[in-house]
Amino acid sequence: MAAPQFEVPKLSDTAYTAVPKVQEGSMAHMKAFVAGKGPQEFLGYPHELGEDWQERVIDRMGLALKKYRSLRVFMDACVHCGACTDKCHYFLGTGDPNNMPVARQELMRKVYRRYFTLPGKIAPWLVGAEDLTKDTLDQWFNYYHQCSECRRCSVYCPYGIDTAEITMAGREILNYAGYGQKYSNEILGKVQKIGNNLGLPGPALEDTLAGLEEDIEMDTGVAVKMPLDVQGAEILFVTPSADFFSEPHVESLIGYAKVFHAAGASWTMSSHASEAGNFGLFNGNYEQMRKIAMRIRDAALELGVKRIIVGECGHAWRVAYAFWNTLTGIGYGGNDPFSIELQKQLDPRYKQPTHICEYTWDLIQQGVLKFDKSLNDHRTITFHDSCNVARGSRMGDEPGGQFTIPRNIIKAVANNFHDMAEETIGESTFCCGGGGGVLTDDLMEVRVKGALPRMNAYNAVAQEKGVNFLALICAICKAQFTKVVPYYGFDMSQVGGVHQLVSTAIKLEQD
Amino acid sequence: MSALTALYIGLYYVAAIILIGGLAYRIYEYAKTPAPLNIPTTPAPTTAMGVRFRMFREVAFFESLFKSNKWIWLFGYLFHVGLALVLLRHVRYFVAEPGVLITFIQPFGKYASLAMVAGLAGLWARRFLVDRVRYISTPSDHLMLALLIAIGLSGMAMTFVAHTDIVQLKAFALGLVTFDWQPLPGDGALLVHLFLVALLMIIFPISKLLHVPGVFFSPTRNQVDNPRERRHLAPWAAALDKDNG
Repeated sequence: MAAPQFEVPKLSDTAYTAVPKVQEGSMAHMKAFVAGKGPQEFLGYPHELGEDWQERVIDRMGLALKKYRSLRVFMDACVHCGACTDKCHYFLGTGDPNNMPVARQELMRKVYRRYFTLPGKIAPWLVGAEDLTKDTLDQWFNYYHQCSECRRCSVYCPYGIDTAEITMAGREILNYAGYGQKYSNEILGKVQKIGNNLGLPGPALEDTLAGLEEDIEMDTGVAVKMPLDVQGAEILFVTPSADFFSEPHVESLIGYAKVFHAAGASWTMSSHASEAGNFGLFNGNYEQMRKIAMRIRDAALELGVKRIIVGECGHAWRVAYAFWNTLTGIGYGGNDPFSIELQKQLDPRYKQPTHICEYTWDLIQQGVLKFDKSLNDHRTITFHDSCNVARGSRMGDEPGGQFTIPRNIIKAVANNFHDMAEETIGESTFCCGGGGGVLTDDLMEVRVKGALPRMNAYNAVAQEKGVNFLALICAICKAQFTKVVPYYGFDMSQVGGVHQLVSTAIKLEQD
Repeated sequence: MSALTALYIGLYYVAAIILIGGLAYRIYEYAKTPAPLNIPTTPAPTTAMGVRFRMFREVAFFESLFKSNKWIWLFGYLFHVGLALVLLRHVRYFVAEPGVLITFIQPFGKYASLAMVAGLAGLWARRFLVDRVRYISTPSDHLMLALLIAIGLSGMAMTFVAHTDIVQLKAFALGLVTFDWQPLPGDGALLVHLFLVALLMIIFPISKLLHVPGVFFSPTRNQVDNPRERRHLAPWAAALDKDNG
């Protein structure tokens, strides 16, 4: 870890993160790298502002207001009550008032008022309306990339205003202005050109999986397979591409494979759809999100699978659970030719798509999987609810299943589990600090400071209960925490996946 | 009819048209703007009935605000419940024979005005005392509170200090509704009160008071959590399926 160029916040003595005093401009210097010509043009965006940028921004904003009821209503409904002001992890970690959800929204709202409302047109000074200037556009760029779209604010807003919707619209408008973010837009290019966010071509993927099969067999003496592009397999398994290469992600991949093996399942991954993640969500671009999701539909139709299961990834699960049916017809209830084509192929006995935790928990309940829990005894575990899973999706049949099912799995495979403080888990969970397109080194200061509330809660259970393992179900959380926990004095080996724990404890029968 | 009475009659018809027409237009706008994706803040109800219950809790008890901040909840709730009772109390001016409920709540409505103004004062104090709320407050936020408090105080002056000619006022109000216009009592507190109320009606559809219809259209609160079972499709999004279906 290189010496940080900024002051790392101090951990508090309790799980609670004190609300900082407002420090105007404290994160104004924090600007993500701007996307260059290549990725912008590939995505159909201009790569520079040009002379008519103001006009284009206002046009795009008008279009977004017509296409999205969320944006339309959220622009009007806020009363500046202040309920959200102390809810964002980035505000708690930085004190920059523009990281308060309402102020982040206000960056757009002041322009909305000026160009789209009567009072803003006739008395801008009265209602906080402002002309769209280059300074404002720079503020949009800086602060819409200091939001991880985690939706914590929307839990606490009396009108359910979700800043994520405004950040997404803001980024989309910036893209059309020719002012995109390098990190997200390069990934959006890679997934469409190569098939996954890491830019891992098919043959490399094949090699990696073969290598992992050997490793598992050496470790366990059991020939656990990692099938790729198997025509006629029953299950298509789609996981974030980080699972193929990154630590600790790959440990969970091994865990999934062992679960499928123990269940005797017929499953396959796809080289065409070798990515569950969908950064189209982060930029609020429906068409791109749809294009990226279509790869999974195409793979499912081509391979003829009956089920689709998704690996550990927060935003991917939100897109899969909440949007795939809309975008691609993966799910039920469609009555148009487009969705019927796929829906008649899928097995109606199963939820489509299914989360790997739903799948594993079902098998545990049926008694199909056997564990030696003592193999996890060197770990005292806590579970971090990933923002997109917690507040943008569900698992199982009951609301809140996304909280109970992963915890049930952990308790079934390990003896030592303690939850973090109530106000930092479940629907109140704090984002890891790296979600929503923020997981890039040029935003390291935002990431480290934004992790503060989670780190305080983790530190409290580490001190009081001896917790030494932070269990996750999200590729971004895993990458973020691995990088960030050392700033707070923890070892990166304390970070890992839920299926890593499953992998440790599962009993495999010799063939 | 005096010029003053004519002025107020005109003012109230204009205000009513702007309030009703403006709100109707906003509601039409919100309703016709599609919600292309299923985005309830989860955990969310999985049935339409569950969503109605969630919305009821939100509107009747300010559930999310209660989770968020007890002070804002307390002041906000005092104000809104106080206002609701005060408004119900005012129904007696617009119906010839008030029903049992309206008669019953008269004394409560009277003291509810105290709660209303106290709540508003608390909310206003936060705009000065809490640095985060101070940062986000615009001049219109302060003026809105000033307007509401002035409406409350001018009304309370007539209830608790110097009564206006209530019989004549009722005749005036009923006359507005039945288009049988009657003279307005020329009492200072009343004129101020009525003028400010008309002003509030006029700015309602172009101000943050749009949170009232807005909450019912908020997709994070009014959507059912059932995306795997039902396909949500906005018209503009459905068009994409045809291109590469």
